[in-house]
Amino acid sequence: MNKYTIVGKSEKKIDSLSLATGTSKFVDDFELKDPLYLALLYSPHAHAEILNIDDSEARKLPGVVDVFHFKNVKPILHTTAGQGFPEPSPYDTVLFDTKMRFVGDRVAMVAAESRQIASDAIKLINVEYKVLEPLFDPEKAMSDNAPKLHGPDRFTPIGAKYEPEKNLAAEVEIGFGDLEKGENEADFIIDHTYKAHYGSHCAQEPHAAISFYDEMGRLVIVTTTQVPFHVRRIVSKVCEFPLSKIRVIKPRIGGGFGGKQEVFLEQLVALTSIKHKRSAKIVLSRKEVFQNSRTRHPVRIRLRTGVKNDGQITFLEMDSLLNSGAYGTHALTVLSNCGAKVLPLFNKIENLRFLGRSVYTNLPVGGAYRGYGATQGYFALNQQLDMIARKLDIDLLGFIKKNHIQVGETSQVFKALGEGTEGVTQIVNSCKLDECIDIGAREIGWYNKRSKKITNGDKVSGVGLCVAMQGSGIPLIDMAAATMKMNDDGSFNLDIGATDIGTGSDTVLAQIAAEVLGVGLDKMIVLSSDTDRTPFDVGAYASSTTYISGGAVKKCAEKIRNQILDVAAAMMAADKNDLDLSDGRVYDRKNKKSISLSDVAVHALYSENQFQIQASASNVVEQSPPPFIAQFAEVEVDKKTGKVDVIKFVSAVDCGQALNPILTEGQIEGAVVNGICYALTEEYKFSANGNLLTKHFRDYKIWTAADMPEIKTIVVDSHEESGPFGAKSVGEIGINGPMPAIANAIYDAVGVRLFEAPFTPAKVYRAMKQAGVI
Amino acid sequence: MDGVFTVNGKKCEFAFKTDERLLFTLRNHGFTEVKNGCLEGECGACLVLLDDKPVNSCQVFTASAVGQDIKTIKGIGNLHKPHIIQEAFVDVGAVQCGFCTPGMVLASYALLQENSNPSKAEIKSALDGNLCRCTGYVKIIEAVQLAAKRIRENGGHHE
Repeated sequence: MNKYTIVGKSEKKIDSLSLATGTSKFVDDFELKDPLYLALLYSPHAHAEILNIDDSEARKLPGVVDVFHFKNVKPILHTTAGQGFPEPSPYDTVLFDTKMRFVGDRVAMVAAESRQIASDAIKLINVEYKVLEPLFDPEKAMSDNAPKLHGPDRFTPIGAKYEPEKNLAAEVEIGFGDLEKGENEADFIIDHTYKAHYGSHCAQEPHAAISFYDEMGRLVIVTTTQVPFHVRRIVSKVCEFPLSKIRVIKPRIGGGFGGKQEVFLEQLVALTSIKHKRSAKIVLSRKEVFQNSRTRHPVRIRLRTGVKNDGQITFLEMDSLLNSGAYGTHALTVLSNCGAKVLPLFNKIENLRFLGRSVYTNLPVGGAYRGYGATQGYFALNQQLDMIARKLDIDLLGFIKKNHIQVGETSQVFKALGEGTEGVTQIVNSCKLDECIDIGAREIGWYNKRSKKITNGDKVSGVGLCVAMQGSGIPLIDMAAATMKMNDDGSFNLDIGATDIGTGSDTVLAQIAAEVLGVGLDKMIVLSSDTDRTPFDVGAYASSTTYISGGAVKKCAEKIRNQILDVAAAMMAADKNDLDLSDGRVYDRKNKKSISLSDVAVHALYSENQFQIQASASNVVEQSPPPFIAQFAEVEVDKKTGKVDVIKFVSAVDCGQALNPILTEGQIEGAVVNGICYALTEEYKFSANGNLLTKHFRDYKIWTAADMPEIKTIVVDSHEESGPFGAKSVGEIGINGPMPAIANAIYDAVGVRLFEAPFTPAKVYRAMKQAGVI
Repeated sequence: MDGVFTVNGKKCEFAFKTDERLLFTLRNHGFTEVKNGCLEGECGACLVLLDDKPVNSCQVFTASAVGQDIKTIKGIGNLHKPHIIQEAFVDVGAVQCGFCTPGMVLASYALLQENSNPSKAEIKSALDGNLCRCTGYVKIIEAVQLAAKRIRENGGHHE
């Protein structure tokens, strides 16, 4: 039963009418006076040295104002990963390098009077390359004779293990217990290798940035970002321009999913504006988004588990090889999360080892992507769990319930493995995974369908399960802040650094403040993500906004509440402890009197002991309470063609108190469909020379409404004491399940294991043929 | 080149290049509610109604649309007087990032003009040209169903 007034209710997303009427502005919609348009020249070679660049022909083209490249731009090592400072990603990038590391690496940039002139001019730049042997296979990256991508000047600012001479972008190793003992105790060992593939975020709005000088001569950058404060810091560094002279604004953003946690366009517009004292604009084409922005890191995972005949897992060893592509953005942290967000779920395992390596290859660059390593890790773990239960001939659901982490328990992994560094010890305070499993199983009809191989002509159906957890922010690292003030009419300005990228966080954070203050959502005026106007927030990533930014808003609103009560107590000659806030009024329980919040505000602003009711609060948290999810797929496999159809997909999630149930469902539904397409149709295909072949929506298939199976999302009633009004996160977790659940369902239907996604008809057909199923 | 168009009920005269696409002509003249998502006719973000037919404006030469009636999302409703479909999208939570929403709403509008009682399959088919990465389409389909219901209850009127 929801005991709250505003939170827990599906309040309408505060920007949705503006968006639905086309009123809201996205970056490309801002009017810009007389901008310079930017176009980039990309490397046609996967691995090459630039011997010379001749830009003279390009400069002759009327309307071309400048051509930027290694000869005229200072090479300042940095990372484009929009992470906290110091970033856990290696400093291996300069604006324009002499070495090209993938087909699509940046060679040069033209600034011109029109978009057309800029793109015409890049064709006139003459580049002399020395083509080098490319490295495409991550398995070979660390061998002695592999081509080396990065030189010894590259480094990692946090001092993590980093060996460019071995193409090693990151390495993580943790372990506890005794692996050998675990092996000896096992009655059988399951040992398989799984491959999660490249993926594109496919946010519908392509990346874009504009910059201009305001009337005070400060540089304003309006950008498609999840991390405005990191943008300001990184641009200041790369452009050697004072941070105090930069203002970063995030307007409405057309989806991020991690792809916009990357700072890689803002420095280009800033560089141009600073040099030419003019506005600048860049908007990526869809092709550039696919090839030249960021991707989901492919990860090869070898997973070994020892099991006793009574069902006890005696050891687990996970060896992850992450293909970071040409640069190491998020290479350490995504790698860490393959273990850190996955292994604590099965905390009864006493002997454990996680070895992770991220290596450079001459392929597109990985980055942050919803799920952030957990998606890759759960693909392996959940298939392995399915295999163990089948081998033991026991109920998979019961097996999982017996082994997963429970309330009051911890996992050694929490402390051993954080995001790139050591983690933080934590005890799970809320976990409704058992309920999620039961509710989801009922909804999919698990026991009526599992192992039944229900056949309809050439089609056989099956069901599969995935269980997963995620985190809620990065403990002791992520910080968010909020500022509020009260207006004459009892309304409130809520200024937050938090970054709404379409998720609805502006709405949810306003609900939190409104709940504390006993007012309706219409009394909250939200301003977010403006480095001049709002306090700091790390940004929208790591499933942090509801939990960490929400905590900051709650603290801030409580300070405001306290000030209101002080003023009201004086006005009403009442005891503060007898006062309550609700319906926009202050009630004196004892004397049965009330005054409006407007009365309080006007009194504070105009009457006596005048002051502005206002407050700020910051929030940094010692734990990262995991949300939990059970996801079930029902599929139909066509034995004649190998085509897999998802018939129904069920998710039951424990995300603590859902602060806005419709927005919560929306997060899961979007993540699920993204996960289903990733499992079945989304694929990066490369030519022999490393050129991406699937860089259009017609080649890289994401689903439309017409492709949709039945999607069912169940938000399980839960409460996390440490979260704002009991909330945990929900943004990422839903994407973890589809790939393993579908793989398990395919096995249930036709008895073949797919260790590599996407599960295309050809791949499934071949697997069935090889297994002798057809 | 120059041409006269009717955009959202108003006569407009635009100058444009011979090979210019309607998407850019509209955006260059302030109709930025028409979104540029892929420029390849694949995503539907730039969908407008051309003589009441839904088209991807990135695939239409402006020159070929001279004299025609163009409707953008702002032509069916606005912040102060939203259309039933826009309200339904808001009410059921079908708007997340909102970048695909103008195209989605217009595709729904074209469907509901023709058929105010569409089946789920007809809705899915009508939205087949519009990509959304945020919602998983669940609430978008619900929104169209709700809008259809409200239109029927409103005697078939969209207003």
